[in-house]
Parts: sequence; structure tokens; C-alpha cells
Amino acid sequence: MMMIFGIPAPLLFGQLLLGVVNGAFYALMSLGLAIIFGMLNIVNFAHGAVFMLGAFTAWGLLNYAGIGYWWALLLAPLIVGAFGVVLERLFISKLYKLDHLYGLLLTFGLALVIEGLVRNFYGSSGLPYRIPKELQGAQDLGFMMMPNYRGWVVIAAAVVCLVTWLVIEKTSIGAKLRAATENAPLVQSFGINVPLMITLTYGAGVALAAFAGVLAAPIYSVNPNMGANFIIVVFAVVVIGGMGSILGSIVTGFGLGIVEGLTRVFYPEGSATVIFVVMVVVLLARPAGLFGRAQ
Amino acid sequence: MMGFSRAQTVAFWLMVAAIMIAPAILYPVFLMKVMCFALFACAFNLLIGYVGLGSFGHAAFFGMGAYITAYTAKAWGWTPELAILAGGAVGGLLGLLFGWLAIRRQGIYFAMITLALAQMNYFLCTQWDFTGGEDGIQGVPRGELFGLISLRSDLAMYAVVAVVFIGCFLLIHRIVHSPFGQVLKAIRENEPRATSLGYRTDDYKLVVFVLSAAIAGIAGGMKSLVFGIATLTDVNFPMSGEVILMALVGGMGTIFGPVVGAAVVITMQNYLAPFGAWVTVTQGVIFILCVMAFRRGVIGEIAARRRIAL
Repeated sequence: MMMIFGIPAPLLFGQLLLGVVNGAFYALMSLGLAIIFGMLNIVNFAHGAVFMLGAFTAWGLLNYAGIGYWWALLLAPLIVGAFGVVLERLFISKLYKLDHLYGLLLTFGLALVIEGLVRNFYGSSGLPYRIPKELQGAQDLGFMMMPNYRGWVVIAAAVVCLVTWLVIEKTSIGAKLRAATENAPLVQSFGINVPLMITLTYGAGVALAAFAGVLAAPIYSVNPNMGANFIIVVFAVVVIGGMGSILGSIVTGFGLGIVEGLTRVFYPEGSATVIFVVMVVVLLARPAGLFGRAQ
Repeated sequence: MMGFSRAQTVAFWLMVAAIMIAPAILYPVFLMKVMCFALFACAFNLLIGYVGLGSFGHAAFFGMGAYITAYTAKAWGWTPELAILAGGAVGGLLGLLFGWLAIRRQGIYFAMITLALAQMNYFLCTQWDFTGGEDGIQGVPRGELFGLISLRSDLAMYAVVAVVFIGCFLLIHRIVHSPFGQVLKAIRENEPRATSLGYRTDDYKLVVFVLSAAIAGIAGGMKSLVFGIATLTDVNFPMSGEVILMALVGGMGTIFGPVVGAAVVITMQNYLAPFGAWVTVTQGVIFILCVMAFRRGVIGEIAARRRIAL
């Protein structure tokens, strides 16, 4: 068997792949957080809860309506995104003039309500969601076996991240969005409906998290707590990358996933804490974050 | 008295009277729980209410205080007052480390960093041997105060908790109304201006962060003696959320608010305990209601209506 640094190659590459898969989720989640933060100036604590809602919506579509994975991948983000739009209109939009902290507190409350309600109705044990049959099985890559579904998650997440980046950086909608992030009143005076844009931005960020949730459903068991612990790690990712840059959050997300995967091989006890350790190091060396602008 | 306004003096003596009379009516263990959490909430409020620093990781200090007090009391046989002090000292040291890191960033980032560091601390607590992992530290003896007075009876323990609570409460009040506290408020209102007046704002923030963490550690330590147990629940994230809720409900930036908030939240938990996850839902709803319509909290609202400081 091939050995690398005294580690069997299949183990190393297997953990590396797991790391990239986790990184894909970090990237999707921190991307959504960054977009929302840029436009609304709030940190969406409910991001983990909507991630979980995405997975539950996919499960619900399958079990109540017989709608399978592929449609769920499209429908669940739309449904949860619409829910996000309602939340923004009802609650978050009332807070823009206040201290940022209130946005964090409010979305924290929303997360508690959403997670508590789901736990009440479905318990905390977790529900199974099967891998769609087109993606079952694995490919032999010569140096390791790659489960098809994991490969799909990485590709899908990378494509969605890339498309989001292109939309924001290269299209006229994206240009307006970036302009409104810089100076909302000025953009509004050009006749662009900024409040609508803000609402839709929140919906889009939430939809990204829900998309990640659907992708995650067949890998992790669908349970009410799947987002709660995840979001704290994503916050660390965001602190490391800085929320100022879209591309930065994508790169940081994937990069930290890989770091976490490698840690699991070489020092398993540290795998739960390694991202936080990286955060501490980054705070000491570059307080504004890897891609952040100094305030 | 001690920089109390007249309204505050009245409220303070009402509180002391309530603490003295209450064990005759209510279950002392419940009251001790309220006081421990009230102290925890006061410590948290010292940061968010008077310096504008929103820490989302205060469970780390509370929980480490609980672990250290429980460990020193059980494994090393330390007397309760030393064990509680050890809890406070370790809470303060941890606060020094967290604060030193987190103060590099402001606002939202400060909140996220404290949250992430506390989560790291939680993971470490699941792995360290001395914490007892999932079991926690159980059967912590209350011991004898100064090696003389047994605290096994609830009333004796109650007296200790009450004295520590009132002492720390007065200390916090003293901090807030000292020249040091005035600078803190200046930082809250306008940090660049405080800097331009020549204050090293980061040093001030760090000192108050350590004080807050140490008091949270003391609160956690007392809690572990009262219940004889320190577990992962004490260091875990929901605990940080609860203390935020207490300060928010009672009124951030008021001296009595966190006490009322703690009483409300703990009472609610007691009554809703049989309904499982509905506790979480109710807490979430209260969060939303408070942020949307009731940002001043109970005491803040009373103070604003009557135009007094409480």
C-alpha cells in the first residue's frame, strides 16, 4: 500500500476529500453570510437554522409530496428563501437604524424559535435521507475510492459559489448591489429600489444556506441541531476570511475544510478545535482577517 | 450610599429585604440558582451595558468557574471560599486570554470571536480529563466555610450565596460609578472620541473584560457548590445565550435589570421544564419580542417612564 508521511494513502486522501466536502459547506455558508452582511449590515445568526430548514424541506418534499432529490435541490432553496424574505420584511427590516448587535440578537432569537419548533415536531434523533440513485456508488480513482455523492457535493458547491461570484462581480445587478453596499442613499437616488434589493439579498443568502442544507441532507442525518453547532464554526471561518470579500469567503471556506481534514489524519484530537486555533493565529497576525480590509 | 441615587438606594434595600425574606416563602435552592445566575447576568451586563461589548461566549467563564470550584473542592478538598475564589481566578485568567484576542476586533466581529473561542473551550472541556467528560464533576461537597461552618444545610449555603451575591453586586456598581466606569461609558458612547482624549481604550476594555469574566467565574463556582455538580451544559453555547436573554429582558445598562431578568428567565425555565423544547421556543420568542418592541427591558422601561436611574 502506498504510504505518505507514514500514513496510508487511501486514509489520507479519504480524509482530505471529507475535508473538501466540509469546506464546500463552509464556503456556501460563509458566502451567504458575507452577502447578507455586506447589504444588510447584520450577522445572520439564523443562518444555521435555515441550513437545517433546507435539509428538512428536502426531507418533507420527499416524504409528504414524493418530490425527489433533484427537484428538492431547486425547490427547497426557493421555499426557504421565500421564508427568509418574510422574516426580513416582518422583523429584520425594522432594525436597520439600530446598533448591529440587535440584528445579531434578533436572528439568534429566530434561530431558537425555528430550531425549537422543528425539535418539537420531529425530535432530535435525526431522520434518514437517501442518496439519489444516480449518485450512489463510488469511483475508483486508482489511489482512493471516491463516493460519487461526495464528488457531486464538491462540484455543485463550487459551481454555485462561482456563479454567485460572477453574478456579483460581472453583471449589472451585481454592480448595483455592490454600489448599494457602498452607498445606499446615493444608489436609491438613481431610482433603484434599494429596500427591495435588500430584501431579495437576504432571501438569496438564506437560499444559499438552504441549498447547502439539501446537499448536506444525505451525508449528515437530518436533525434539528445540524445547523446550531455548524454555524459557530462558520463564524470562525468568517472571522478568518473577513466578510469584505466574496472570493475571500469561498477560498477560506474550502481552505479551512482541507486544513480540518488534514488535522483529522495527523492529530485527530485537534480536529474539532483546529479552525478556532487558526482563527486565533489569524487574529494575532492579521486582525482584519485574511481578505478583510482594515477598518 | 456608595454613589447610589435615592431610587437606587430604595431598590437596593428592597432587594436585600427580598433576599432575606424569600427563603421563608420559596425553595432556597431555587433562590440560590436565581442569585447565581443574577450575578452571572450582572457580570455580562457590565460589558454589554456599560462598555457596549457584546460577548457571546460568557458561558466559558461561568462554566470554567464551575469546573474549577468543583474540582478544587472535590479532588483537593479546598474550603468553599477558596474553591469559589479559584473559580473566579481561572475565569478571570481565561477572560484575560479571550479579551486579549477579541479586543483586536470590534462590534459584530467581537461577538463572533468570543463565541468561537468559547466553543473551542467547550470542545477542550469534552476532552480534558479533569472535567469528567460527559459525566461532568458530580457529588461536589459544599464543605465547611473557613474550615469551620458546615454548608450542608441549604440555609447556611443560602447565606453564603447571598453575601457573595450582594458583595459582587456592590462591586459592579462601584466599578460602574468610579472614574474608571466613566471612561467605560465614554468608550460605549463614542470610542474614537475617548481615544482622542488620550485614553488607551483597549486597555480599559481588557480590564473590564477580565473583571466581568472573573465575576462570571465566581457565579459559576457558587452554582457548582449549590447543586454539587459541574457539567458541559455550564460551558456550552446555550448558556451564553441564556445570560444574554437575562440581561436583555431585565434591561441592559441598568444595574438592577440583570437581577430581574435572571429571576424571570429561571422562573420561566422552572415552569416550562416539563414541556421540553418549548423552553427554547419561548426563549426565542422573548428574544424577538424584546429586540422588536422592548429594547429597554423591564427595569429600563420603569426607569425611563419614571425618569430615574436604576
